[in-house]
Amino acid sequence: MKYKSQKIALVYFAVALGLFAIQVLGGLLAGWIYVSPNFVSELLPFNIVRMLHTNSLIVWLLLGFFGAAYFLIPEESEREIHSEKIAYLQLAILVIGTLGVVVTYVFNLFEGHWLLGKEGREFIEQPKWVKAGIVVAALLFLYNVTMTVLQGKKTAITNILLLGLWGLALCFLFAFYNPENLALDKMYWWYVVHLWVEGVWELIMASILAYLMLKLTGVDREVVEKWLYVIVAAALFSGILGTGHHYYWIGTPGYWQWIGSIFSSLEIVPFFAMMAFAFVMVWKGRRDHPNKAALLWSLGCGTLAFFGAGVWGFLHTLHGVNYYSHGTQITAAHGHLAFYGAYVCLNLAIISYALPILRNRDPYNQVLNMVSFWLMSSGMVFMTFVLTFAGTIQTHLQRVMGEYFMDVQDQVALFFWMRFGAGVIVVIGALLFIYAMAVPRKEIIETGSEAPAE
Amino acid sequence: MNEQPSLLDELPGELMIWVLIISELLVFGAGLAAFLAVRLTDPIGFAEAQDHLHRTGAALNTIVLVTSGFLAAKALHWREVAQRAKARFALISAAALGVVFLIIKGMEYADKAALGIGPETNAFFTFYYLLTGFHAAHVVAGIVILLLVTWKDDPRNIETGAQFWHMVDLVWVILFPVVYLLG
Repeated sequence: MKYKSQKIALVYFAVALGLFAIQVLGGLLAGWIYVSPNFVSELLPFNIVRMLHTNSLIVWLLLGFFGAAYFLIPEESEREIHSEKIAYLQLAILVIGTLGVVVTYVFNLFEGHWLLGKEGREFIEQPKWVKAGIVVAALLFLYNVTMTVLQGKKTAITNILLLGLWGLALCFLFAFYNPENLALDKMYWWYVVHLWVEGVWELIMASILAYLMLKLTGVDREVVEKWLYVIVAAALFSGILGTGHHYYWIGTPGYWQWIGSIFSSLEIVPFFAMMAFAFVMVWKGRRDHPNKAALLWSLGCGTLAFFGAGVWGFLHTLHGVNYYSHGTQITAAHGHLAFYGAYVCLNLAIISYALPILRNRDPYNQVLNMVSFWLMSSGMVFMTFVLTFAGTIQTHLQRVMGEYFMDVQDQVALFFWMRFGAGVIVVIGALLFIYAMAVPRKEIIETGSEAPAE
Repeated sequence: MNEQPSLLDELPGELMIWVLIISELLVFGAGLAAFLAVRLTDPIGFAEAQDHLHRTGAALNTIVLVTSGFLAAKALHWREVAQRAKARFALISAAALGVVFLIIKGMEYADKAALGIGPETNAFFTFYYLLTGFHAAHVVAGIVILLLVTWKDDPRNIETGAQFWHMVDLVWVILFPVVYLLG
């Protein structure tokens, strides 16, 4: 650790991993409710479990991004973070907000209250006061990192990272705008949801991946930056108008079907580029970095993001296909592998890279960590397959044959059982990851031969 | 790193403008392919709708845009042989022809609007407005870029601007026969 203030990242990562545990356990519970629908239905209805599962995912990913930014910005800008105090204040606000969200959801407090009650828009259900807290935290964060970068060295990686983080905060502002008209409500809702995961988050992903490649493979910065610019251009080119693929059936004009289909088909390009980038850098790289776990997660990230976000997204992005598949388990399959591949793997990659440094444990190989990669990834890939099969059958029975939703659900029950099994593997993998990060002290299988850093 | 020069190094101009050009061609290509595919489902309706288009105006616009592209290419040439004023004049003329294109195009849109034709009228006009509308938006962007490189007239800038402008040109030259003429 070159800079003292990088230490901030440690707390962020710790909280993120705690929420990660809650997220996967919530997922497991939701998966069980799918096979045994009345389980805890009075105590914790399915919609609340699902909310906890998705919201904790988003919050922990964000905390991971913030942690990653606090970790890599000092190294890139070659100076300490502007203010450590602000960074911890920001975290405190986010933690209080998260706790508030959990309590509000679980006990359904203040239902319907404009400020304190949950708002009931998928993913952005948070009560208004929490949303306001998120904005304050985001502003504190942006002020803090932007000041650091402005006063220090500017690199392509920090520029793109900041562009992504600023975009993230700006897009979130649409969460406050909730028009009466349901079509408009959805339209703006996607400004947050889509422009995050298929827009600005991709910039964050590309820049963190670029940083990892720079450190792990020792390829020249110039080469890394060229890739980074191409990836970012492709992501924004396809992703912004790709929002149209959510506007097929919400009441927006028909031309969105073509805009959405064409642009979102190209969304596969940046993900392919990120995968190619990761592998080409490793082949070209001269450095045999001892942190094999971080490398494994980075390559896994590129690959699984390409399949989950790119291929599985393309599967149902054309409006002619989506007309039938919309809102079936195919969406769930895509959602799981896309979030896992792109953003979970990315966060676990940077955490695998940073934690040994932050805790003065490098170099060590993190064999347990690598085992957790294979457990989690194979579990998630299996889950994606079974949900895809379930979704295909569901699409046919429900949308082509016109059978009733609940009758179809009964017929695909086998897949929900297999999905639960896959979920168990993912949870074991996740808990193993957290254990591997938190506990073992020394574990060196091979030291690797490190070429001098750039 | 002692690496072999990559194929990319042989590209004239900036890498990023080629990324953009290829992306644009993919989008317009996909749009035209979709247009042709939907046309197969209703050839008579498409032919009928096509008769509402102003072919002469579009042909005129083709001449306007190709001439403008020629001027942009000449501008780069003149700038490279250090005839700055001449280059600037050519760029401004190219941009002015872009405005002429937009005026003719605008007259066509106004004419359609007067007939009560809009993007929701039928599938043909959805594509007509999407494809020509997107293209017109690129003409607007191209005009701004041409003026920018007139102001900051480094040869590399002019080259990038001209590349963008040629892309706009190329798209129109493909779009014109497919949308307006194909019988």
